[in-house]
Amino acid sequence: MTTTAYMVWLIIGCALVTWLPRVIPFIFVRSVTLPDVALKWLSYIPVCILSALVIENLIDTESSKVVTLDWPVFITFVPTLLIALITKSLSITVVAGVIIMAAVRFFM
Amino acid sequence: MTSTTELHKDQATSSSNDRFIQGVKDCVPTLLGYISIGLAFGVVGSASGLSVLEIALLTILIYAGSAQFIFCALLLTSSPASAIIVTIFVVNLRHLLMSLTLAPHFTRYSMLRNVGFGTLLTDETFGVAVTKQMQTGKLYGKWMDGLNLTAYIFWILSCVSGAFLGQWVANPEQWGLDFALVAMFVALLVLQLSSVGKSKIMHYIKLIGYMAVIMYGLSYIVPSHVAVLLATVIVATIGVVTDK
Repeated sequence: MTTTAYMVWLIIGCALVTWLPRVIPFIFVRSVTLPDVALKWLSYIPVCILSALVIENLIDTESSKVVTLDWPVFITFVPTLLIALITKSLSITVVAGVIIMAAVRFFM
Repeated sequence: MTSTTELHKDQATSSSNDRFIQGVKDCVPTLLGYISIGLAFGVVGSASGLSVLEIALLTILIYAGSAQFIFCALLLTSSPASAIIVTIFVVNLRHLLMSLTLAPHFTRYSMLRNVGFGTLLTDETFGVAVTKQMQTGKLYGKWMDGLNLTAYIFWILSCVSGAFLGQWVANPEQWGLDFALVAMFVALLVLQLSSVGKSKIMHYIKLIGYMAVIMYGLSYIVPSHVAVLLATVIVATIGVVTDK
């Protein structure tokens, strides 16, 4: 149950940058309207950032000079994606993904 | 949730949908998600070398699943504090859009209460609230507080329980727990895409293709968290330019 001053400040910094985007619209929505092009750009952010984060985990940049697929993760990703498409359920996908990853690591 | 809402729609819309307890009830379907991801976060957090206190602080102050996981991932790669803060900011920038969508429905409440609604906004509570707004046409402050506080309390309890659990699970990678994060992003991506209209789905799939190519290319020249930032900015811009 310990921490350092550096960690506390880092957490506070992260808290501030996650808090501001959440509250600013609630404070300023009465007086400011964003231009349509900005709203449209923001509407692409969720899909872009989520796919970037998935892809980041699928590629292996460390093992060799050539960037390759991280095979155990990729082999787990394929059935996990199918389960997500079929169930459309966050909890089922997470539980199934973890079980498949454990199985892949056990056999590979 | 849906059937209860519809059953009482005629006679009791204003008397039940403006109540705190109805907000609590409407939160229940999302709780399994909070509990499973929260437990996984606690375990991954302890495996990343965070203490129970640090996990509790992260959970209480940041209160955003993906941001908390990324915090751990960046900590493990010893990223500088500036890179961690900028990445977390960009990762959670989507809340700006959600907040912009919900805020117009609460302008009749005080500034302080609006700050409260925004502070506890998450992907899941946003989803529940926009669905409620579509069904009943109006959102009430007490209902929103019931929804938000239930989600917040369950998230904190789950993460902290996971942190204690993590002290007993020696190697979470062996149990596949590190994949909980990737699986969550996959599921959130699928949920995002399934809410996009059929006319736009091909546009989005093309963008994901561009994303794969750009991420691969950037991986040769910048660290992966920077690649995520740059690729997102580039592809979102391509999305706007190629939008019909």
